[in-house]
Amino acid sequence: MRFYAFIAAVAIGLAGTVAALFSLERPGMLTAQLGYRGTGIEAVVNPRLIAANAPRHVAPPAIDPADPSGDRASTIYENVPVLGHLSIEQFGRIMQAMSEWIYPGEGENQGCNGCHVPGNFAAEDMYQKTVARRMLQMVQAINTQQTAHVGATGVTCYTCHRGLAVPAEVWSATPNTASSALAGQAAGQNTPLPRTGYASLPFDTFTPYLVGNAPIRVQDTVARSAPTAATMQQTEWSYGLMMHMSTGLGVNCVFCHNSRAFSDWEQSQPQRVVAWHGIRMVRVINTEYINPLQPSFPPHRLGPAGDPLKVNCATCHQGVNRPLNGAQMLRDYPELMPPAPERRAEATPR
Amino acid sequence: MAEYQYLFTRLQVRGPAYPGVPIAADESQRSGKPGFSYLLGLIGDAQIGPIRLGMTGFLSLVFGVLAFEIIGFTMLASVNWNLGQFVRQLFWLALEPPKPEYGLRIPPLHEGGWWIFAGACLTLSLILWNIRVYLRSKALGIGPHTAYAFAAAIWLYLVLGFIRPVLMGSWSEAVPFGIFPHLDWTAAFSIRYGNLFYNPFHALSIVFLYGSTLLFAMHGATILAVGRFGGEREVEHAVDRGTAAERAGLFWRWTMGFNATYESIHRWAWWFAVLCPITGGIGILLTGTVVDNWYLWAQQHGFAPVYPQLNPGIVDPAISAGARP
Repeated sequence: MRFYAFIAAVAIGLAGTVAALFSLERPGMLTAQLGYRGTGIEAVVNPRLIAANAPRHVAPPAIDPADPSGDRASTIYENVPVLGHLSIEQFGRIMQAMSEWIYPGEGENQGCNGCHVPGNFAAEDMYQKTVARRMLQMVQAINTQQTAHVGATGVTCYTCHRGLAVPAEVWSATPNTASSALAGQAAGQNTPLPRTGYASLPFDTFTPYLVGNAPIRVQDTVARSAPTAATMQQTEWSYGLMMHMSTGLGVNCVFCHNSRAFSDWEQSQPQRVVAWHGIRMVRVINTEYINPLQPSFPPHRLGPAGDPLKVNCATCHQGVNRPLNGAQMLRDYPELMPPAPERRAEATPR
Repeated sequence: MAEYQYLFTRLQVRGPAYPGVPIAADESQRSGKPGFSYLLGLIGDAQIGPIRLGMTGFLSLVFGVLAFEIIGFTMLASVNWNLGQFVRQLFWLALEPPKPEYGLRIPPLHEGGWWIFAGACLTLSLILWNIRVYLRSKALGIGPHTAYAFAAAIWLYLVLGFIRPVLMGSWSEAVPFGIFPHLDWTAAFSIRYGNLFYNPFHALSIVFLYGSTLLFAMHGATILAVGRFGGEREVEHAVDRGTAAERAGLFWRWTMGFNATYESIHRWAWWFAVLCPITGGIGILLTGTVVDNWYLWAQQHGFAPVYPQLNPGIVDPAISAGARP
């Protein structure tokens, strides 16, 4: 009997060790104070993981600059409604950059052939070209109308694509896969996924908040009010979106909020304002640029519910609070700004 | 002499099995021939049994098992009856309360009806078990303290799952049955209602929770420390001179000038333990019904400290942009 007691103690100890090894992060964290002392507003980072992930967040070396003078691309090429204002040299440069950013491979349908019919660059037969044209308009719009979020850093194709035709971090609506009505009672939450930080929170929070504009705020703004505005379920949905923002940016709650009063703007960090504009930017991207492209995509490029693959915070950020660690890629690619008169027109606040 | 300085009881005294004190009425309903377990003897009394289940105990087990099975099978259904996924995701799975649109109506079984049914069974089970505890106490001629203490826990359970949802007018305000889901609910509850940290009854509940652990540590340590003088035999020591009890009392008078008695320490422990769920339940009950944002409430009452802002002048962009929040 004593032997069995010993064996039981060893088994419990082993199980505890295994659980600790697989659920805890190896220590060596650094903290940086972000708020007033004693309030716990601080960033916690793991230098070992930052070093390991650093290669994922490096911008590719810029192609040599192009001469912006000379004939416009629209005078030489057919079907160039979006980039026709560029010089011939600039046009060729941005086409080369896009092929390296999005179709960097060697084989079939790579390089120029990712979007163009071989031998006929003007042809409009490939859906990839339709999508790319709309995406270029989107990049121009983001770099001029969304500066509240992207600042002067701006975005390029590479911010999301990173050498992949389909960016790594995309999402689509979750179809109801429940095999029975009973199975459906927990649909939409209670499953471990990275996007909710492995919490049991609702995970398809992108549809209401990043396509729709459902209210995200749940706290009352007065101490006592009736009737209550937000339900517990709404709170869990907002919470799920916030967990996505946290994991997508590799930051904790207090990067934006003072966690003792999440809703209070006066106690928030400046980054919360940037994030607020980011949510609005993602809504514009998904509703004005990606969803209207739905008929263009072949079925294998759509999600299981038939909607196109859309954008969330992680699509650009990919785990760091400044995409590509803040690399100034747009500065090297002035081709991704809209033509000057349009720029002035669109820069006026809406 | 056996000493209580180890994790395990080193000496197991084993006489003939003892059926318990003779009491008048229902002695015959004790069932099972008492046996002995070495492993359980390491942490407690080695004698197992006899047990007396009775009608309340039997019904409590029936309803308890029913609730457990409903919760388990709805969790299994939510992973499409896949046993592997059930084991993998067990901590994440839940039986969720009805959606807000149902209010206090009874929804179809698969949209929260099972939650109401399981909750009713679990409530019945807990109350029946407490009645059994009360009746067994009476039958043995001891006080009903255990039943009252359990009732305090049932109060908190009922506030969370029944009383507060009824006052709020919606079952959806209640807690899901599930390991992580109920923890996420707790975090979301605090966020929704402006930080429970500033709820004074939540603070009181924590006082009694931490106080209970402190008292438990002090009492446990004291009794183990005087074990070498037979201190665990409390009754005769409480009235005699020069005993382990004298030393234990003297120890605390030396270290902090005051000591509880062998009797009063258990009153301390009982009240701290019981007040923890009672005050916690009051705090939950007031949340959303009386106070909607505890942080703002604390500011009104002047006990939420104001810290200097390192980044002053942050303004809600929804106000300046005129957009929807």
